[in-house]
Amino acid sequence: MCTTCGCGGGEAKLDGQPHSHPHPLDHSALRPGRRRISLEQSLLAKNDALAALNRQAFLERGILALNLVSSPGSGKTTLLEQTILRLRDRVPVVVIEGDQQTSHDADRIRAAGAPAVQINTGKGCHLDAHMVGHALESLSPAEGAVLMIENVGNLVCPAAFDLGEAHKVVILSVTEGEDKPLKYPDMFAAADLMLLNKVDLLPYLRFDVDRCLAFARRINPGIQILHVSAQTGEGMEAWLAWIEAGRRLAMTVRKTAAS
Amino acid sequence: MHELSLMEGMVQGIQEEALRRGFTRVHQVRLEVGRLAGVEVEALRFAFGPTTEGTVLEGALLEILELPGQGLCQACGQTVEVEARFDLCPVCGEGFVALTSGTEMRVKDLDVD
Repeated sequence: MCTTCGCGGGEAKLDGQPHSHPHPLDHSALRPGRRRISLEQSLLAKNDALAALNRQAFLERGILALNLVSSPGSGKTTLLEQTILRLRDRVPVVVIEGDQQTSHDADRIRAAGAPAVQINTGKGCHLDAHMVGHALESLSPAEGAVLMIENVGNLVCPAAFDLGEAHKVVILSVTEGEDKPLKYPDMFAAADLMLLNKVDLLPYLRFDVDRCLAFARRINPGIQILHVSAQTGEGMEAWLAWIEAGRRLAMTVRKTAAS
Repeated sequence: MHELSLMEGMVQGIQEEALRRGFTRVHQVRLEVGRLAGVEVEALRFAFGPTTEGTVLEGALLEILELPGQGLCQACGQTVEVEARFDLCPVCGEGFVALTSGTEMRVKDLDVD
């Protein structure tokens, strides 16, 4: 990769062929009169530091934070509405909604009975720890709350940005391609739980569930998988149980840390 | 296009570094980016110009060193190179490969005065 001659070397390929070529220029030599500073700093250092602050705030207040990620149209918001309706009498639930434009989703979440803050990322393709930190200031979730962060619908960029959450939860609906775990491996590698959504539609589709799950486990052998339908309620109890187990753990950790 | 925000984060970090270490101009910045980092180096290069305008990095040369994906095969135990995160071991053809490198994305060093 070289900025002098401009030749490429990236991952982008045309018909599977890279477009790079070797060249003899060497930019590693230090010119006289200059000094070299070794940095070894991650490009994500800024985000990661802010994510650590969010995580610390969650830990101190026994909050379970989940980062929900998926393609657009996987049914994230409907799933979230149904989750809130079932959970709100047992557990305080608050929501951060991420979208490029509009506050439609936050309006839907509030109508379902949970406090919500909408973040509009404008041209941005993901939420970052800084935006979430500010959203937390206005939400100020109660101790022991469950915080659901609905990320921008995008299976690529949100994978890299830690928001301080306990888990990334990836939602894949059966109306999508069963090979999505292979096409977007970073996201499936980063997630601890995969929700296979819209399973009520399986009789009408040619979607090979076993193949899809095998792909997901090939990317991430430790990933947990639950089958759900936000529409019919199928599998929702298992999902709620998973959330409540996470919340109990968050509260236990807080007590341990406080004592 | 999260490369744009990665670059913005980098520029912010280097500006802070400039204040701390007392340099006013960066001539060259070298990044190390793993092949499995989920980052498109062409997009990083594209974002570099606009995000560095009016900063200590304006006009600097950007060099990106790509690091190979490497890992330990869970079946045969060998250290192997992989092209993609989900590749099976290229030696035995059977095992999952637990990555040991290739997901890095960091600023290695800066040439400054």
